[in-house]
Amino acid sequence: MIAFLIKRLFHALLVMFVISLIAFAIQDNLGDPVQQLVGQSVPESERDALRDELGLNDPFITQYLRFAGNALHFDFGYSYVFNQPTTEVILRHLPATLELVAATTVLIILLSVPIGVYSAIKPRAWLSRFFMGVSIIGISIPVFLTAIVLIQLFAIGVSWTPFPTDTGWGQWLNDLVSTNGGMPAYGRGDPVHVLGTWYTNFASIKGLSYLILPAVSLASIMLPLFIRLIRAEMLEVLQSDYIKFARAKGLSPQRIYFLHALKNTMLPVITVGGVQIGTLVAYTILTETVFQWPGVGLMFLNAIERSDIPLIVTYLVIVGLIFTITNTLVDLIYGLVNPTVKLTGKPA
Amino acid sequence: MKFKKTLLASMIGTAITAATLSPAAMAETTLRMAYDADPVSMDIHEQLSGGILQLSHMSFDPLVRWTKDFEFEPRLATEWEQVDDTTMRMTVRDGVTFHSGNPFTAEDVVWTVERLKRSPDFKAIFEPVDSVTAVDEHTVEFHTNEPFPLLLNLATYIFPMDSQFYSGETEDGDAKDEIVKNGNSFASTHISGTGPYVVTDRQQGVRVNFERFDDYWDSESPGNVDNIVLTPISENATRIAALLSGDVDFIAPVPPNDLDRVRNDDGVELVTMSGTRIILFHMDQERVDAFKDERVRQAFVYAINQEGIADRLMKGFATPAAQASPAGYVGHLPELEPRYDLEKAKQLMEEAGYADGFEISMMAPNNRYVNDAKIAQAVAAMLAKINVTVDLKTLPKAQYWGEFDDRSADMMMIGWHSDTEDSANFHEYLSACPDAATGAGQYNAGNYCNPELDALVTQANLEIDLAKRAEMLQQVEQALYDEAAYIPLHWQDLAWASAANFDIEPVLNVMNFPYLGDLVITPDDQ
Repeated sequence: MIAFLIKRLFHALLVMFVISLIAFAIQDNLGDPVQQLVGQSVPESERDALRDELGLNDPFITQYLRFAGNALHFDFGYSYVFNQPTTEVILRHLPATLELVAATTVLIILLSVPIGVYSAIKPRAWLSRFFMGVSIIGISIPVFLTAIVLIQLFAIGVSWTPFPTDTGWGQWLNDLVSTNGGMPAYGRGDPVHVLGTWYTNFASIKGLSYLILPAVSLASIMLPLFIRLIRAEMLEVLQSDYIKFARAKGLSPQRIYFLHALKNTMLPVITVGGVQIGTLVAYTILTETVFQWPGVGLMFLNAIERSDIPLIVTYLVIVGLIFTITNTLVDLIYGLVNPTVKLTGKPA
Repeated sequence: MKFKKTLLASMIGTAITAATLSPAAMAETTLRMAYDADPVSMDIHEQLSGGILQLSHMSFDPLVRWTKDFEFEPRLATEWEQVDDTTMRMTVRDGVTFHSGNPFTAEDVVWTVERLKRSPDFKAIFEPVDSVTAVDEHTVEFHTNEPFPLLLNLATYIFPMDSQFYSGETEDGDAKDEIVKNGNSFASTHISGTGPYVVTDRQQGVRVNFERFDDYWDSESPGNVDNIVLTPISENATRIAALLSGDVDFIAPVPPNDLDRVRNDDGVELVTMSGTRIILFHMDQERVDAFKDERVRQAFVYAINQEGIADRLMKGFATPAAQASPAGYVGHLPELEPRYDLEKAKQLMEEAGYADGFEISMMAPNNRYVNDAKIAQAVAAMLAKINVTVDLKTLPKAQYWGEFDDRSADMMMIGWHSDTEDSANFHEYLSACPDAATGAGQYNAGNYCNPELDALVTQANLEIDLAKRAEMLQQVEQALYDEAAYIPLHWQDLAWASAANFDIEPVLNVMNFPYLGDLVITPDDQ
């Protein structure tokens, strides 16, 4: 166990090193940060002085070694835009993203497990077919479109009048297809302070209302994937011998489905889930941009737009770290769920 | 005694208002506004940008400010007088206090100008000012090296800072007045001005909260907004959605594609005006020999249909241009019109010996100006009609300006707004003979050079007689038009939108710094 963790620690360091090297190598293509720091009419001599001050005129190796040396002391430099250490900037934006990811994960788990299991148990029921159809649509619509449609429907509101408005039933049907809006269209309102840089949206109904639309948009990407995955695994498990035996033994269907079958179904789901949480962090960039959710995704996009190289590099390194950590956690959980898996790779 | 009277009067006033107005009207009014970006710093000398100037107008006051029709309106300076060719004397307002409580005096003006002369972004603009001296507590004198006609234009950039507040050292031993581009300076996180709004809370990239300054000097201002919350929403669709759903009350800019949507919504008000930012293409004479021939340059100008671009591509959200100076600027010549004439263009190309055309490269940004990439495509298509093959490349702005500085293409797009709201600025940056040592023609990607015009502009900048000066600058504009120095396309329009109960129209101007201190909200709708 200890040996495994130490090995993973080295993995993490290696990943971070490679990412930082790549990020540094492409920085020349990210644009000129000085351009973003000064007004248009500032003369070239002033720009050069600033470029010198920022150390941008040094050769690549010098710049990288300086960065790496500081990074070993957890000093990742100053953001050009925020004028603060990049780690502080990221730490301030991280809780918003983590809350969004947490809300999305809860949504995915609460919906995908029952729907997936149901459509595996009753593959031919019309409801199962409906879920499968919707999930195909869900997976093929890009997240920013989902987000804009959700905003139009539930934040601004849409009033359709396809039915006659002068009759009672027509009015009723019109109301049914129209939406009122009223949901917050952007941002996270006034989150409540918890501790440090952590402000939460989970403390009140009002706070939660800000979370709903972004979380639903973000979930729309992953939800179909998980429903289909759980359904496919469950179908396979239901064919296996031990389920047949359990049935023959006369165990109640609930016990078979939700205890014996589900347990084995979840193994690959956990693996995929762990990797997908990393992907989820990447998708937050799109969702956060449309909803102007003040998390690291939005921060990263702004950093790219303004060529804030130190912030870009730090973000990429930290995301690399998050990926390594989630993968390690997945491996640990996997060992707990399935005792035949040994982390050190030795047979049991 | 006088003080007591005013106090008594205001107490009675308050009592009467409280008695007559409904409780709803007494509630605090809040303006929630969304811009595409928030100010990058609270140090107003750190960067010369729209966001910083907007902040300056909210938390500070300039000595003078522009009215809608380019007149000067006294703010912290009440009177000014040209003493001799190189000296201007200004009287500054009495009884003004800073947010910190310090009184505002002539010394603060001196201190502020000296700091501006140290700021990398402002020092070039303030170059002509040699020194500023405080004659007495409420009088300052500006001394220039040479006669300088634009001192009042500069005064719109002088937002006196609280010199006492910004003097001394921080706990870390840094000077409080230092200007730091990349790092944490005292001035970038602390603010004390004389303006109508005090910054109460700021989370960069998330929001800035403002509160009306209780001791604001301008008691005649009709402004009645108690609090302002400024949120940056960079995504166009979200900014519009936030306004239409009632999450915010005021947005800018309004993207041209959504103008109709905003116009047709009953709950919101849309205001547009013709702007002052000229969008143009340079034709690089160093890279393409053909561009040295005036006839070829003219052919290019004749081949491009500015009105078509403004009408169809920009959906009327632009004013077609044939010169750099917009209406209202001293150099503007109303008789210069876009000269789209395809036959004439072909004829000129033939005369110059290029009937079969030639091949050029073109670059434009794709996220800097309204519809920038589409405009470049349209221009390329129009040039194809005179047999010019265009190899077009569009880039995000972060990468574009590096290419622009390297003059990487034969034709490059630029949008320019004159920082001084003066015609000479266009020539100095866009069409003056490029000279790296003096910085002249810094953005002249056409390498067009006419020393006579440079001399004329230099002379105009020493001319105190404004009527004579205007004549000179109009001459320059005419010459640039005749010689087809570049291809002007249009002035980009400006658009703002607000909830209907905010009367934004009176506080807006083409400089795009709404004077929010004077913004009025109708209380009944709150």
